[in-house]
Order: sequence, then structure tokens, then C-alpha cells
Amino acid sequence: MASETEFTLDTAAQLATAERGSAPIRGRSPWYLAWRRLRRNYVAFSFLGLFVLVLVACALAPVYASHVAHTGPNAEHVLDTVKVNGHTESVVTNGGYISKKTGKPCATSETGCILISAIPIGPTWFSAGGKFVLGADSIGRDVAVRLLYGGRNSLIVGIGSTAICVFFAVILALLAGYFGGWIDFVITRFFDLFYAFPVVLLGIALGSALAINGFHHFGINIVSGSLWIPTLVISYVLIPYVGRPLRGQVLSLREKEFVEAAISQGASPLRVMFSELLPNVTSSVLVFFTLIIANNIVLEAALSFLGAGVQPPTASWGTLISDGQNLIVSRPWLALAPGIAIVLTVLSLNVFGDGLRDALDPRAKVKIDH
Amino acid sequence: MATFLVRRTIGAILVCIAVTFIVFLIFIVVPGGDPAQRIAGKNATPQNIINIRHSWGFDQPFYTQYWDMLKKMFGGNLVSYTNQQNVLTQIVQGMPATFSLTVGAGVIWLFFGILAGVLSAMTAGRLSDRVITVLALIGISMPVFWLGIVTRYYLAEGGLVSWFPDGEYVGILQSPSQWFSHMILPWLVLAVLFIGFYGRVLRGNILDTINEDYVRTAKSKGLTPRRIMVKHVLRTSLIPIITLFGLDFAAVLGGGAILTETVFDLHGVGQYAALSINNFDLPPIMGVTMYGAFFIVGFSMLVDLFYAYLDPRIRPT
Amino acid sequence: MSERLLEVDDLSVHFSTVDGTVKAVDGVSFELERGKVLGIVGESGSGKSVTAMTLMGLTRDVNAHFGGEVRFKGRDLLALSDAEMQDYRGNEIGMIFQDPMTSLNPVYRIGEQIVEAIQAHDKVDKRQAKKRAVELLKQVGIPNPESRVDDFPHQFSGGMRQRAMIAMALSCNPDVLIADEPTTALDVTIQAQIIELISRLKDDFNSAVIMITHDLGVVADIADEILVMYAGRVVERAEKRDLFYDPQMPYTWGLLGSIPRLDRPKPERLHSIKGAPPSVINAPAGCKFRPRCPHAFEKCVEEPALENRVEKPGHLDRCWLDVEYKRAHRDATISSNTGEAA
Repeated sequence: MASETEFTLDTAAQLATAERGSAPIRGRSPWYLAWRRLRRNYVAFSFLGLFVLVLVACALAPVYASHVAHTGPNAEHVLDTVKVNGHTESVVTNGGYISKKTGKPCATSETGCILISAIPIGPTWFSAGGKFVLGADSIGRDVAVRLLYGGRNSLIVGIGSTAICVFFAVILALLAGYFGGWIDFVITRFFDLFYAFPVVLLGIALGSALAINGFHHFGINIVSGSLWIPTLVISYVLIPYVGRPLRGQVLSLREKEFVEAAISQGASPLRVMFSELLPNVTSSVLVFFTLIIANNIVLEAALSFLGAGVQPPTASWGTLISDGQNLIVSRPWLALAPGIAIVLTVLSLNVFGDGLRDALDPRAKVKIDH
Repeated sequence: MATFLVRRTIGAILVCIAVTFIVFLIFIVVPGGDPAQRIAGKNATPQNIINIRHSWGFDQPFYTQYWDMLKKMFGGNLVSYTNQQNVLTQIVQGMPATFSLTVGAGVIWLFFGILAGVLSAMTAGRLSDRVITVLALIGISMPVFWLGIVTRYYLAEGGLVSWFPDGEYVGILQSPSQWFSHMILPWLVLAVLFIGFYGRVLRGNILDTINEDYVRTAKSKGLTPRRIMVKHVLRTSLIPIITLFGLDFAAVLGGGAILTETVFDLHGVGQYAALSINNFDLPPIMGVTMYGAFFIVGFSMLVDLFYAYLDPRIRPT
Repeated sequence: MSERLLEVDDLSVHFSTVDGTVKAVDGVSFELERGKVLGIVGESGSGKSVTAMTLMGLTRDVNAHFGGEVRFKGRDLLALSDAEMQDYRGNEIGMIFQDPMTSLNPVYRIGEQIVEAIQAHDKVDKRQAKKRAVELLKQVGIPNPESRVDDFPHQFSGGMRQRAMIAMALSCNPDVLIADEPTTALDVTIQAQIIELISRLKDDFNSAVIMITHDLGVVADIADEILVMYAGRVVERAEKRDLFYDPQMPYTWGLLGSIPRLDRPKPERLHSIKGAPPSVINAPAGCKFRPRCPHAFEKCVEEPALENRVEKPGHLDRCWLDVEYKRAHRDATISSNTGEAA
């Protein structure tokens, strides 16, 4: 036919060129996309940087102690003196009636005065050669040093308890969600039971109970003052709060077809749980992780403040606030500094956790369907 | 419906009993050591300790002790180890303060939390949203007790400015204005944390709901943006908030505001709990825990019922 | 010739995204007359749904940029403010969506949602509105409408939900009904009922319908005119008979060939068009279908205009191929036994 000689079909090469010109959309894994979204979130990253800064500063506590402040966190300098801007001052002076309003000594007849037995030195802000930068507490310990060591302990407890908590919560959630039946029943009752306790109450109860003598059952021996006690207490108390939402997620994932497909291919329960279910809850776990660390740092501070967490004389941000409480009228920095430290640390974790959540589960502003 | 109620009530009772058992476990079994010794104090003689042990029943096996304690609890006869006061009376004495704190703070945090959530969702991405988000995040990052100490120092009588009285609780019947001025600071301090949290949760829910298909349908019907927001978006977004509120309210009511009460010296149930725990005083701890568990479990049931009312898909038909 | 209700003139909808500008709709024109059904057919990503939603103003966003005009009874809808669009939505133009389960609010009763639609535009009290709602439910074929009007969406079956959606969309007597894949989420047996219902209602209400689907079988029954969309453009436009009996686009041949037919010998494999739709961000130069077209030749590097190349004046297409050549070769594609285009 005439038409057949007029046209020639393109060769495969030409067709291929045409294809390359129209770049198809490359398939990318959700993790890569999430990472890309996170990378663009400068705010989240700068707060992550702040958190890392805090971590590093607290990790360097021994360095600060020996090279800047020249003292340890528990060393009491009640009878010592220190040179501030040339002249000598006592670390701790006798107290008296102090006005609540001005923080200065007042005549005994004035109202609004409270009796403070000993007044430590206020912040020297490096004018004493690095000693007592933030002042001293009522038994002469360097507050700045304690702040850093306390931060170390608070972070250890906060991060450690989160790791333990999330670990067990994930396992319990996977077991309950996958197996269902009576395993789920038992695990859910366990969660429900501890949900009925207000967290702080349970934490205080466990914390103070264990503070008396430590834990000496089942072959485990933990001494009363050990950091393990608040760590284990907090992780235990938080397990239902992480476990229940994760269990819900596992339950809904369980119904999805890819799980059915895996099971019908003969995958063992272990394999289904770890190769199919676990990767899909990972984004929730990651977000939980950051937010729970934030929560636990505050919880530890609360427990230590009430005497049911880290035990004195060990420093933690919570015990520091408790120590500084009584001196707040004359030496506000004793209580303010640890509080500010907590706020900064927890805030940076919250902001970053938020950015993480946005990156992993975005709500697209433009929904493009066909 | 009836079966649902019955089942839940039985479950609730079981949980409460299990709770008491756990508390008992925590305070008798876990510490080990000798409660009699603790009560007797430092200068006791061995005979003192034996007497105390006998009169308090510590030489009995622990299940007997537990049973005794349960009987005393339900009979209203629990008596504190340290000061021989009846636990029930003490709890009742502390309830007005705790209730005042909870209800006032609850109203404030629910209202402002919803306001913050709606405002930041509606202006998502713009300056007001960012400002609210920052404030909310700072709010959740502050330890409640620290905020309480700081505000009490700076804002209460005798501090830098004397806007508020310095802690303590005044009954509403005694003097309403005093009651109010004493409660404002604790209310605000307790509410800050929840406002931040609820605001953010609501913002997230609203932004999720806005993308739902039925919101698109509502728009296609030609409804005003106001109606779409209120009747379609908020109606669904608020459901998780209401359930959260129910549980949080119950927790605070049940003595969960230990820190706020202690810092402001309100002598409510929470503070009573904190003191008893510090003294390892088991009967009040048991009493307060039961009281708290009762509220939480009860409210949890109420919340479930309310949830069924709000979301017809889960009604037991 | 009946009243021309809708004139879409070179409509374009571009979305700015982080990956580039998505040209979801790129120069689409068509008209709709009262009493007629226009079918818009295409794959996912062809731009058919975006077109439909833009007619209702549902794609308005900070990232969306519109071009061209959408004239409804003379007024350009793209130029209207949101408040003005509200008057048109539901009132003059109604829309039903693909998934009736998620498109109905689960916490409100069906009756309440229909009443809400009615009261948005008509000043009637609740009782009257509810009576109308019951009437509407009866019209769309729901049994026992008096009692079912108080049911919740989850208490309806899929087909009934879609009927209820149709009732809701028609509650204010709009002149145009846009149906976006109304049967995709339903069983095949229900599909036919819904299509037939839409057609009947169009006559009862004396309105016009735009039916959007990826399934040519769905429009084969009720469409008067069919638009085939690909990569954001209209690639063929014809009256129904002409499209099915004299299709001019190789893409259309592919679509027709991929319908399983009972009246033809069974192929070993169902025919499919090889390749995938092009990116709407980096579109290929020239004819958009060229990479997948088995008949492409040199001229195809230049994009064909949408023109009338056959005898029938209303039949437009975008293909350079000689018409006789096409008529000779297309049957091989449409009814092939080997599962590959000839």
C-alpha cells in the first residue's frame, strides 16, 4: 500500500530517546523521602543541635570540674573562702532573717521575712577564676559543677529509661498484636492496670519503696542509691503509655494484606513480627523515642524533687531544684539554673521530635489526585 | 447496653482490687526490711519493735495482713501508721482543695487548649501558628513543680510582686474571693502543661481531618467555611481531645496533681499522698490509691460511653 | 441545540510543588449542553479529576495556578471569590465522588447530611427539608426512605451510599452533575444500576452530567460525547458512536483493546498499553503519547494540535497519522489475539 512506503516506524533507539526525554518519576523509598523532608526543616535541626550541645556539655562535666571549678560535685566547702575580684569571701556565711521581697537581710521586726540558717555565696560569673560560677548551695557545693554532673545523671536516667521502656513496649505490643487471644488479653490487662495509677503516684511509690533498701529479689541486687532504681522505675511506669498505642498500630497492621501474604507463604511468627510488622511501626517508635526521653527527663526531675528518684547526695536536676527551693529568696539561681536546663533540653527534644513526626508522616498541603 | 455496663463495672472493680494488691506488694514485699522498725524509729528497743510488730499485725503472713487491710479500708477504718489519724477523714478533708484545683484548672486548660489548637490550625504555617506552637512547646517542656516554685517566688505575696497570696488553700464557703485569689496561680501553673499538649494534639487532628473526603463533600455542597469547620472538622477532631480530657481530669482529681499541691501547700489529697509516701505510711497510701483508681476507672468508663455517643460507628447495636 | 450550560476554554491547572511545577491540566476545552452527558475518560494522572474538581473550585490553594476560563451560564467561575463560588456549589453544580464510604461524614445521619445540603441554599425549615430528603431518597431508589433517612452511613450498603450521595448532590436541583468515578468503588452489578440511575435522574431533573471514569465500558451506555484525556490534555473528542467505531488516537485504540469482551474470541492475554504515563513535571517534547505509541514516526516529535481530521466535524484528535492508514491498522490493535499491539 502507498501509505506503508511513505512512513517508517521509528527504530527502537529513537523510541528510547523519546522515553529518556520524558523522565519518569523515580520510585523512592519512604525513608529517603522522610529524610529529605527532615533535612529541609532547619528549626528541627537547630534544636537537635541544641540537645547535642547539652549532651556534650554534661558529658564533659569531669573536665569542667577539674579544670575550671577545681572541685567535685559532692565536695563541701562550708568553711572555705574564695577570692572574688580580689577580695576574699566566705563560701557560706551565717544566715538570719531575709526579706522575701528584696533578698536582703531585714530587721527582725519586719514582716515578710523568713529565717535562713546559712547563706551561700552567690554566682561569681567567672570573677573568681571559675569557682562557684553559679554560686554555692547551703552546704558549700559548687552549683555549676553539680549542674553539669546532675545533667549527666538526669540524661542517663532519661535516655536509659526510654531505651528500656521502648524495648519492652515494642516487644509486648508485637506479641499482643500478633498473637491476639489470651496473650493479648493478659498484656492488655497489664497495661490497663497500670493506666489506672497516675504516673507520678506510681513512680513515687515505687521509687521511695525501692529507695529504702534497694532491690534484692530474684537474684538481682541493686543498691539503694544506684541510678538503676529511678531508671528502672521510670521505664516500668511508662511501658503502658508506649505499649498501648503501639499495640493498636500492630493490630491494624495485622489485618493488612501483606501480613496475610507473608503468613500464607509460610513465614514463622517471629519472622512476621520482625520483618513485616516491626518495620512499619518504626516511624512511630522513633517519634515516641524522642518524645519519651523528653517526658522522662521531666519525670525524673519530679521524682527526685520529691525524694523518690535520684537519692541525695547524688546530683540530678531534680534534686538541685529541691535543694535550691529554700534559698530561692536570696539565691534564686540555685533553683532557676536546673529548671532552665531542663526546659532547654526538653524543648529541644520536643521540637526535634515534632519535626521528626512531620517528616515521617507528612500532611501534604496539596493533594494531587488525578 | 446493659451487658456493656455490667461487664465494664465488674472489670472496674477487679482493677481496683488488683490496684490495692499491687500497692500492698510495693510497700510490704518490695522494700523488704522491717516496717515495725521504721515505725519505731531510731531509738527503739528490741522489745518496742516486737510490740509494734504484734499490735500492727506485721508478724502475720502477708495475705492475712492484706485481707485485714482490705477489711479496714472498706469499713472506713484505715488508720495511719505515723499519726494514728483515720485515713478516710483525712482524704475527705483534702478533697475540697483537690476538687477546686482540678475543676478550675480543667476548665481553663480545656478552653484555652481548644482555642490554641483551633487558632494554630486555621492559620497553619503563618506567624500566629508558629508563635502558638512555640509557646505550646515551651509549656510542655516546663516541669510543673519548677514553674510553681518560680511563680510562687516571683509573683506571690512577699516576692517581687505581690499579685497573689502565697500558697495555702481557703475554702470557697469561707471566702469566695480569697478562695479564688489563692487558686489562680495553681490553676494557671497546672493548666500550662495541658494547654500546650492539647493545643498541639488538636492542631494535628484538625489538619488531618481537613484532608478527609467528607470535608471535600461538605465543601462541594456549598457550605460556608464556618459551618464546615465547626460541624464537620471540629466535630471529629475534638473526639480524641474529649477522651484525653476525661482521663486527665480523672487523674488530677484522683490526686495526680501531687506536685502542684505540694508546691503551693494546698493540703489536698495529692499532697497527703506525697507526705504518706515519704513516711512510708501504708494505710494512707492504700486509701489514696484506691480513691484515685476509683476515679480513673470510673471516668474511663464514662469516657467510653461518651465516645460511643460521639462516634456512632462504635455503638454496640 | 439546547442551552449551553458550561464552556471550558483552554483550562490549565498547575501546582507548584517541591519537585517542580505539576501541569495537571494543560489546555482543556469542551462544552456541555443541557440534557447531555459528557464522558471524560483517562488513566490515573491524566488530569480528569483535577479538571472536574476545578469546575467546582475545589482545587483552589496557594500552590495552584489557573489559566483559561470556565464559563458557567456566562460567568467565569475561575474569577469568582470563594464566597461567590459557595452559591454555585451544590446549588448550580453538584458533585458526587468515588468512595461513598469516606465521602459521607460517619457521625451524622444520612438525613441530616441531605438536610444540610438543602438548607445551605434554600430557606426552608428542618421539617420541610427532611420531607424533601425522604422524597429524594425515594427518587434514587432507596427502599423504606422514611426510616432509612435516620440511618448512619455505615448502616448502608455501598450501592445505597452512592445513591444517597447522588440524592444529596441533586437536592438543590443543580443544572450540572459531575460524577467523579462514581462506580469505581462498587460491585459490577451495582455499577450498571448506578449508571442507569444517573441517566434517569438527568432526564427527570433536566440537567447535564459530566461522567469521569477510567472505564470506557461505563460511558459506553450513557455518554453523548466523550473526551479522552492523556497527560493533562484532551487527545480525542468525539460523539460516542464515532469514538467507538472510528477512534483516531492510538491511545484510544489501546483503551478499547484493553476492555475484556465477551463477543470476541478470547485472547491469551488481555491487551495492555506498554509503558507508563509520562511525568507531568518533565513532560516529553512532542506528542505526549509518543514513547508508548507503536505507530509513532518522525512527525511525532512535533506535538499535534487538537484538530478535526475526519469527515465528521465534531470529531477532534491529536494524531499526525494518515486517517486511512489508521483505519486500516487499528482493528489489529483493538481485537488482537496475541496481547500485543500490531
